[in-house]
Amino acid sequence: MSSGYHELAARRWRVAIILTMAVIIIYFGFIALIAYRKEMMGSLIAPGLTVGILVGALVIVSSWLLTWYYVWWANSRYDERLAELKGRGE
Amino acid sequence: MAPDLVQSAAAQSTSIGQPNTVAMAFFFVFIAITLGITYWAARRTRTTEHFYAAGRSISAGQNGFALAGDYMSAASFLGIAGLVSTTGFDGLIYSTGWLVGWPVVLFLIAEPLRNLGKYTFADVVASRLKQTPVRLAALLGTLSTVIFYLIAQMVGAGTLIKLMFGLSYETAVAIVGAAMIAYVLFGGMIATTWVQIVKAGLLMTGAGVLALLVLLKFGMNPLALFAAASAKYGSAMLAPGKLVSIPLDTISLGMALMFGTAGLPHILMRFYTVKNAKAARTSVFYATGLIGVFYLLTFVLGFGAMVLVGPDAIRAIDKGGNMAAPLLAEYLGGTPFLGFIAAVAFATILAVVAGLTLSGAAALSHDLWTSVVRGGSARPGEELRVARVATFVLGVVAVLLGITFKGQNVAFMVSLAFAIAASANFPALVLSIFWRRCTTQGAVASMVMGTLGTLMLIYLSPVIQVDILKHAGAWFPLKNPAVLTIPASFLIGIVVSLVTSDAGALEQHEGSVREMVEGARAH
Repeated sequence: MSSGYHELAARRWRVAIILTMAVIIIYFGFIALIAYRKEMMGSLIAPGLTVGILVGALVIVSSWLLTWYYVWWANSRYDERLAELKGRGE
Repeated sequence: MAPDLVQSAAAQSTSIGQPNTVAMAFFFVFIAITLGITYWAARRTRTTEHFYAAGRSISAGQNGFALAGDYMSAASFLGIAGLVSTTGFDGLIYSTGWLVGWPVVLFLIAEPLRNLGKYTFADVVASRLKQTPVRLAALLGTLSTVIFYLIAQMVGAGTLIKLMFGLSYETAVAIVGAAMIAYVLFGGMIATTWVQIVKAGLLMTGAGVLALLVLLKFGMNPLALFAAASAKYGSAMLAPGKLVSIPLDTISLGMALMFGTAGLPHILMRFYTVKNAKAARTSVFYATGLIGVFYLLTFVLGFGAMVLVGPDAIRAIDKGGNMAAPLLAEYLGGTPFLGFIAAVAFATILAVVAGLTLSGAAALSHDLWTSVVRGGSARPGEELRVARVATFVLGVVAVLLGITFKGQNVAFMVSLAFAIAASANFPALVLSIFWRRCTTQGAVASMVMGTLGTLMLIYLSPVIQVDILKHAGAWFPLKNPAVLTIPASFLIGIVVSLVTSDAGALEQHEGSVREMVEGARAH
């Protein structure tokens, strides 16, 4: 009866899991680099800028990008499909 | 003798620790404005829905600011700026950890929570499971998280205010307690939300102006600032230092921060203040942006304090480095700016404790009184009265605990609160929302073992055994148990669910999925 809702819930779940895995990999990747590649993280790219600072800033920026992507996906794809389901009165 | 000399030498160059009229003035203006808001909110707080959820009338943008206000504690403002000012790069490990929890909140929790619950996160776990056991187990997790977080904030408040305003510790704790009780008791969620918004605005403005003044000295180029730090204190300041000497410890703390955010009762409760799942979603987007900017600013502030004030002068005032940002403010803008930043720090603590107290009171009145004692249906007006009594009691308990723990090292209690939230609340929420086979017994076992296991391992860890009890060693090697307790809670929840059966939960799964997508409850 509500297979449309099930399918939509499953789709959101898949997107949520993939994006969560991405955050986990990015953040713990950063920690792992600090723990096991100390010299590389401390090497200078430009005066005042080490690899570590750059990667740390990128962790913050990628958190923004991932949340932005999810909100974009949910506001367009997800909500569109939800409106369709509601419209059909399932 | 020598440390005393350093202390007095530093004390001569700063007015920190002496009564600061500007700080007092700013602080009283803040109190006056927030009490005005409380008066306005009190007239709009008539039902439980107003008291717990601001009548679902908060917009996504407002909630984004309020979430950020609830989350950005003085510990992260003063603590991270201090850590960066004394260790450089290592502070960045903390700031990123505090931020990465937010995408997880957005992806996994915010929308299902809004659609399946009414006032507390236990609403969601209990939505298709048996009420009484689930509510009681969730109460254990909620109160443990709230109490430990409150103790850390109260002790921090007393210490900071004593340091910055020259008031006595007990007076400071009592003032924080009284103001917090006034906000929550009379103004409920409406007042609490606006206090958070005002505080978030003040904190972002304060940190932003301070960072701007720092960068003006370095040609608006943060790299020139970092280079100056490296020239003065060595290139090690820009590279990983001693913080990650035991990688597993850092990973464990990172896990507590990442998944704990998604289990903090006062954060989760905020999603009920907006009108639907879409607004909940959008509010996390704003909050993540604000909090990310804030941590980038604290990184600049930390390096600014290192170069302009100097790590030794900072440590001379406070060994933990917590006074880095206030000292920097004094250096750049004199006593008036120091007063402003001090008042902002006070406002920060006040707002966080108000949010915590409200979520604790909601758990006691909504989960314990109405759902368990009254079997789901309290008389009209009764739940609101119980919520107000609970607010008062929690506020008084917080003040007493703050005074009891005076002078104790309570910094670990924040990470403990995050560890409990991550191990007790988060796994049960995820399992009950996303897993059809989750049973009442499974969710309860996961929440109870998550709380007790975390408490036990913290007790056996070096932070209690070595730092506080002064034993030579500890049974458990890690400072934060999350790396063990989060997977264990998931495993316990899954195994117990598989060996038990819950016909009611299976039956209601269909409707629950539909509600989660459609958003039927609590408009």
